Amino acid sequence: MDISTGAPVLLLTGIDKRFNGVPALSGVSLRLRAGEIHALLGQNGAGKSTLIKVLTGVYAADAGEMALAGQPIRPASPLDAQHLGISTVYQEVNLCPNLSVAENIFAGRYPRRGPAQGWRIDWAAVHREARALLARLDIDIDVTQLLSSYSVAVQQMVAIARALGLSSKVLILDEPTSSLDDEEVKSLFAVLRRLRGQGLAILFVTHFLNQVYAVSDRITVLRNGGWVGEWPTADLGPQALISAMVGREFAAQASGHAELPAIEATAPALLEAEGLGQRGQLQPVDLQVRAGEVVGLAGLLGAGRTELARLLFGLARPDQGRLRVDGVAVELASPADAVRHGLALCPEERKTDGIVAELSVRENIALALQARRGVRNTLSRAEQAALAERFVKALGIKTASIETPIGLLSGGNQQKAVLARWLAIEPRLLILDEPTRGIDVAAKQEIMDEILRLARGGMAVLFISSEMNEVVRVSHRIAVLRERRKVGELPGGSSEDAVYELIAAET
Amino acid sequence: MSQMFKHRLAWPLVTLLLLLAINAAFNPSFLHLEWRSGHLYGSLIDILNRAAPLVLVSLGMTLVIATRGIDISVGAVVAIAAAIAAWMIGGSLVVSNGAAAQVSRFPMWLAIVGALGAALACGLWNGLLVARVGMQPIIATLILMVAGRGIAQLITGGQIITIYYAPFFFIGSGYLFGLPFSVYVAAIVFALLYLAITRSALGLFIQAVGINPGAARVAGVRARRIVVGAYMFCGFCAGVAGLLISSNVKSADGNNAGQLLELDAILAVTLGGTALTGGRFSLVGSVIGALIIQTLTYAIYSLGVPPEINLVVKAVVVFVVMLLQSAEFRASLRQLAVRPAHGGATR
Repeated sequence: MDISTGAPVLLLTGIDKRFNGVPALSGVSLRLRAGEIHALLGQNGAGKSTLIKVLTGVYAADAGEMALAGQPIRPASPLDAQHLGISTVYQEVNLCPNLSVAENIFAGRYPRRGPAQGWRIDWAAVHREARALLARLDIDIDVTQLLSSYSVAVQQMVAIARALGLSSKVLILDEPTSSLDDEEVKSLFAVLRRLRGQGLAILFVTHFLNQVYAVSDRITVLRNGGWVGEWPTADLGPQALISAMVGREFAAQASGHAELPAIEATAPALLEAEGLGQRGQLQPVDLQVRAGEVVGLAGLLGAGRTELARLLFGLARPDQGRLRVDGVAVELASPADAVRHGLALCPEERKTDGIVAELSVRENIALALQARRGVRNTLSRAEQAALAERFVKALGIKTASIETPIGLLSGGNQQKAVLARWLAIEPRLLILDEPTRGIDVAAKQEIMDEILRLARGGMAVLFISSEMNEVVRVSHRIAVLRERRKVGELPGGSSEDAVYELIAAET
Repeated sequence: MSQMFKHRLAWPLVTLLLLLAINAAFNPSFLHLEWRSGHLYGSLIDILNRAAPLVLVSLGMTLVIATRGIDISVGAVVAIAAAIAAWMIGGSLVVSNGAAAQVSRFPMWLAIVGALGAALACGLWNGLLVARVGMQPIIATLILMVAGRGIAQLITGGQIITIYYAPFFFIGSGYLFGLPFSVYVAAIVFALLYLAITRSALGLFIQAVGINPGAARVAGVRARRIVVGAYMFCGFCAGVAGLLISSNVKSADGNNAGQLLELDAILAVTLGGTALTGGRFSLVGSVIGALIIQTLTYAIYSLGVPPEINLVVKAVVVFVVMLLQSAEFRASLRQLAVRPAHGGATR
């Protein structure tokens, strides 16, 4: 297939966008051709989200031209953009959990029947067409069930099906794979390839570089709100791509095992779970974490990793088993109890469990330390500011000031701030639940480096991640979960294949 | 100047000053203060004095609203505290050794402790229903709003209890250093709360719980305790207000004491710029809000608005004030003024 010819179906040139005088985009171009999958890449804060919001009419560009199929356009709202044929699937699922799958797919544009231009909804058609749309995604589910009864992965597919249903010329996928497991990613890519064959222009935003090479035809890279370049994927190797994204030569990512001091197998456990379980959530699990040890927790989405983390941190109450800290049995009734024992949890859901959006970066970073000190033993404002400044510098958090509400930061910087909140209490064991999800390569590296540095200093880490190469690289040991039970442990430095084998072993 | 109007308290202050100006325009003696027999007299003092119970309840309501809650039982708690205080004090005239003396049923300090203790217990009940049982705050406090009136009437035996014990009257109608004692009570509660919020981490925790309870809990904030504490403080404030009111009117009426006070308090908090969705809050704003309401009430009476329409007038004024405080509304007003009748541009 020759993708280099043909006029672009969507052409953006010289797009500028400022917020309160601060440029978020300057002189950005984008060329999408019919029948191509185009990856839009850049670090956190590079302007990817802003560009997509300009494209879909959420923001109006301050300057620049947009043309769809040769006609100048200026979408005034997401609905307007949809009518023009630009559909978007956002990173967070934007559907109604309390409606059925079919209702979600057709909300606002139900097939009608009857006289007077169809005065009632043709439910048979709604269900039939919803099933047909999902069948294109290789998904066969009961479309009359509530959306909330399905996993996030399925919900994401429903969101894509909803976008497909519109007569799209351009489909924008903003990190569609961040909550999908490998099989689901594969079937998503199969769908994308089929849609490409039908002449759709697909813009694909992701942080997973291997996916870029697996599925995209072309790459556009943004950096600091500016346009860096556009390349055919085949012409831009991973090293060159990362250099383009970060703007400097990037040291080859350590692929070997991270150098961590060995931990004596006989060393006493800092945290020990013995038959810890919760009915319906997690089968009894044995797990030990020693001081200075990084234990990886591997498994597919829904394998029970987050459930285990919640039990260990007092967010859920176990109904069986025991938990010991330093060999002493403890009962954690709340996260506050867990914090008292020196535990910390960087949660998976940043928006609902992590940030306090309207509070400043300073207040967010100081929150956990202040909570442990109690109401009376107050950190002065100056102490909070010093703490925040220290971590903003140490973790490279990009923010206008420490008084900026954290909700205004980009996702990666929010995640760094939540990490800073926990590092501030100098925990003995840090539980990280998908700490690098939705974060660009450079930030990911910075976060992992910081974690390894702390582990060398004696902090224990329980590391949950869907990125198997990371888990394998940094862990002393890897505990593997499958279907809400622990199926085994592997030593650090095992190959990814060994972990996958254990995950996929006899079912 | 424009910077000044961006401050969150600017509009509540403007509203208050405007209401005072209206009062002064129609009533030349409004701003007049007079030193008479050791006391300061005047309309402004009167407003401060009468606003004290509402200021107190609004302070408690502010904390509850900041935690995403609401407490519509404060009026009933006022009635309970007033009834307990009135019953425990009672009072009668006893003549011994030829000298007449007023004697209370229990010592006055015990009556005050009893009333405030009951108010705290009411707050604890509300807080537990919200934070432990997980009820919607409006439903949880609705229970006490309805039941509380019944409890107050049980205590008073369905009658209005009159108090015959002069020392108690000092709380609600006495003067200290020329100013009404009730003003000091409200000022002290405000000052203590303000110090607690600004000097301890309480303000941070309350805001964190109000904005994102889940994240606050994960961060190790004992969110439930914060919520229960807010309701208890709200109950306590209502109890103090009940003491002021019963002392001022020298009686306790289980049915009518503190009637509709909850709505005025919610209004005061809202006028002061604290959003009902929780999170960021302003204690000073709530005090200004309470003063706005009391000044408005005063204006309605002093301007001679017929009693049958004064609720309507109050409603209209509040409606206009709320609109003017809304940044969105002001923005659309400005647009109308700048581009009149430029239809079709918006869809």
